[in-house]
Amino acid sequence: MTISGAQAVLKALEQEGVEVVFGIPGGASMPIYDPLVDGSSIRHILCRHEQGAGHAAEGYAWATGKVGVCMATSGPGGTNLVTPIADAKMDSVPIVAITGQVPTPVVGNDAFQEADITGITMPITKHNFLVKDPALISETVHEAFHIASTGRPGPVLIDLPKDVLLAQTEWSWPDRIDLPGYRPTTKGNQRQIVEAVKLILAAERPVLYVGGGVIKANASEELLRLATIGRLPVVTTLMARGAFPDSNDLCLGMPGMHGNYTAVTSLQKADLLIALGTRFDDRVTGKLSAFAPNAKVIHADVDPAEIGKNRRVDVPIVGDCKDVIAKLASELEKRQAEGGSPDRSAWLGQLAEWQRRYPYRYDQQPDGPLKPQFCVERLRDHADEDTIVVAGVGQHQMYASQYWRFERPRHWINSGGLGTMGFAVPAAMGAKVGQPGKRVVAIDGDGCFQMTAQELATSNTEEIAFVTAILNNGYLGMVRQWQELFFDERYSGVYLNPDVPDYVKLAEAYGAVGLRADSPDDVDAVIEKAYSVEDRSVVIDFRVDPREMVFPMIAAGTSNDDVILGPEQAAPTADPTEAPIV
Amino acid sequence: MSNGNGALHTISVLVEDKPGVLTRVAGLFSARGFNIDSLAVGPTEASGLSRMTIVVNVESKTLEQVTKQLNKLINVIKILEHEAGSAVERELMLVKVRASGDDRARVMEIAEVFRVNVVDVTHATLTLEATGKPEKLEALLSLLADFGIVELSRTGRIALGRGERGIRERALRAAND
Repeated sequence: MTISGAQAVLKALEQEGVEVVFGIPGGASMPIYDPLVDGSSIRHILCRHEQGAGHAAEGYAWATGKVGVCMATSGPGGTNLVTPIADAKMDSVPIVAITGQVPTPVVGNDAFQEADITGITMPITKHNFLVKDPALISETVHEAFHIASTGRPGPVLIDLPKDVLLAQTEWSWPDRIDLPGYRPTTKGNQRQIVEAVKLILAAERPVLYVGGGVIKANASEELLRLATIGRLPVVTTLMARGAFPDSNDLCLGMPGMHGNYTAVTSLQKADLLIALGTRFDDRVTGKLSAFAPNAKVIHADVDPAEIGKNRRVDVPIVGDCKDVIAKLASELEKRQAEGGSPDRSAWLGQLAEWQRRYPYRYDQQPDGPLKPQFCVERLRDHADEDTIVVAGVGQHQMYASQYWRFERPRHWINSGGLGTMGFAVPAAMGAKVGQPGKRVVAIDGDGCFQMTAQELATSNTEEIAFVTAILNNGYLGMVRQWQELFFDERYSGVYLNPDVPDYVKLAEAYGAVGLRADSPDDVDAVIEKAYSVEDRSVVIDFRVDPREMVFPMIAAGTSNDDVILGPEQAAPTADPTEAPIV
Repeated sequence: MSNGNGALHTISVLVEDKPGVLTRVAGLFSARGFNIDSLAVGPTEASGLSRMTIVVNVESKTLEQVTKQLNKLINVIKILEHEAGSAVERELMLVKVRASGDDRARVMEIAEVFRVNVVDVTHATLTLEATGKPEKLEALLSLLADFGIVELSRTGRIALGRGERGIRERALRAAND
């Protein structure tokens, strides 16, 4: 069958099971759009900015576990995808980005809308391709999806010159993948598993330090089994919220710069870290040399380069978390059946005591300024467990991670590694497309919201309904917080103005429902109203206290022993009733 | 060139001969702050495969990161670190030396001792072609420096593991799986 290169692209995407593509057409990519007119199983969602298309593809991938697809034209279309691609690289999100390119005879000639997008994205993709022969389109697409979705997932870009899209080619679908340099190790080595379990059985203060890799590997069930068998407490990093249910009594919640006292301190006092699908990121470890100083480390990751990158490891295990955790659980169960289970009551008792003494805390006075934490708690309490929560980066993201209760994987979506402002609205849109039966709530900041709010036009045109709750403090809040704490309250370049734009009117202009809450009394009614709207997106403008700060906090570059608690919390003092900890 | 404070390590990297592969490798070094001392690349005995010999100036812990990160590149098939003495290492150098008057005979004498060829002669200069271990070339250069080195071009080191050591067999087996 002879078809055009552009038709081959669509056919290959259909072969890969792609349901939806987020994109914006342009001169070089127009050939791909033409066959869409004749009908395709693929839905194209026309976004308003390529950055929005990229984040939407990410949100779709986060929510479904499938590969998200975004498409842009050459030049600025491609460069606008750079931020979401970099975001997907840092957070290991499987997306395939397809870009048009100027025709091959003029590549390198500074042609209209030309940019060397494969060169530009080389360091921020897992891999990328420039296809110069239409006969190679199908195998390139097949390889791209394979690379994006296997091993440590990540973004792959395919650049397609216009003449290649217009040329005719004989269609065929590759029956195998030929990538001799790409063979991810997915099965954990049994000898290492045995060594790891020895350490677990010998440990007095073990902690499961769980990262986003557990969610990527769909290993939540295995994790629950491992934790339950071993009575092992669990911290879930920002990337792993929901990998283990917050309601489980072994769950300590989020560690790191804004983690809770117990999660942070459990790692500091642990004698064994069982690190699963996590990368000892600086936001978790604080000052690396002072991190978990007495702990041995078991580190399992599908990416061997992460093992030993930041922290010396006693038992490295390369493999997919699903396989590794299942094996750890089975081996531990076997060994405990033979030799008995260690008594963890002292350690678990200590952790429970810390949890009781140092919970997250804020102070919402009935007639005082509206607190962002209160808004998050009310949004949570009015929502069902199956609600997907999306955040960008900043204070709102931390409040959402701290105060929401995550019970299931793939129900928390945010920009972790890259910390991309403007992530939430388009990612929420993508998540809703992937999970149309679930409520999606974007908890956003006013600074973030303004970076990609235009995608509300997409959502209301394409009938993709979700709720965006803006915690509007009129500031770039996290920067303001650092200026308050570390720059002697010298506020510079952070005031945004809570009244401009008028978020209610802006929402209405985009065809969404706009709501506002100024005081704690308004909050419940506004949320109920927002959650009752099914057919349109809703924007809630929560006018929150600009002076509120995210606590606990560990200042950048300092030790995790130095947790700064909020003003509502008593400083941790030596307590004679505490179990002695080495 | 290097400004690292580690040690020199020679690694051989077998890569697919695809467009952009050199950029991917070089870009990885700069993005992650690894110091390249030299990089030589050329075709191999197998079509479709190129071999890079990279001399990196890093501590051994960093060297592990270098190889692990290189291994993640899709077009990289196999990497071999050459331990000291386990490989034959050679470099080719062309050096143009000021050599008029009495100096000419003295430069030619040095060339003879080092068994290097004179490949170009002018009234004022001699150009030598030297091949050998890196230490030999360094020794030669330090002697020639007395006369004045006008221009210097070096290929960078290439290496092959001694005897059975190598990456070819394993890599080809991997490629044919």
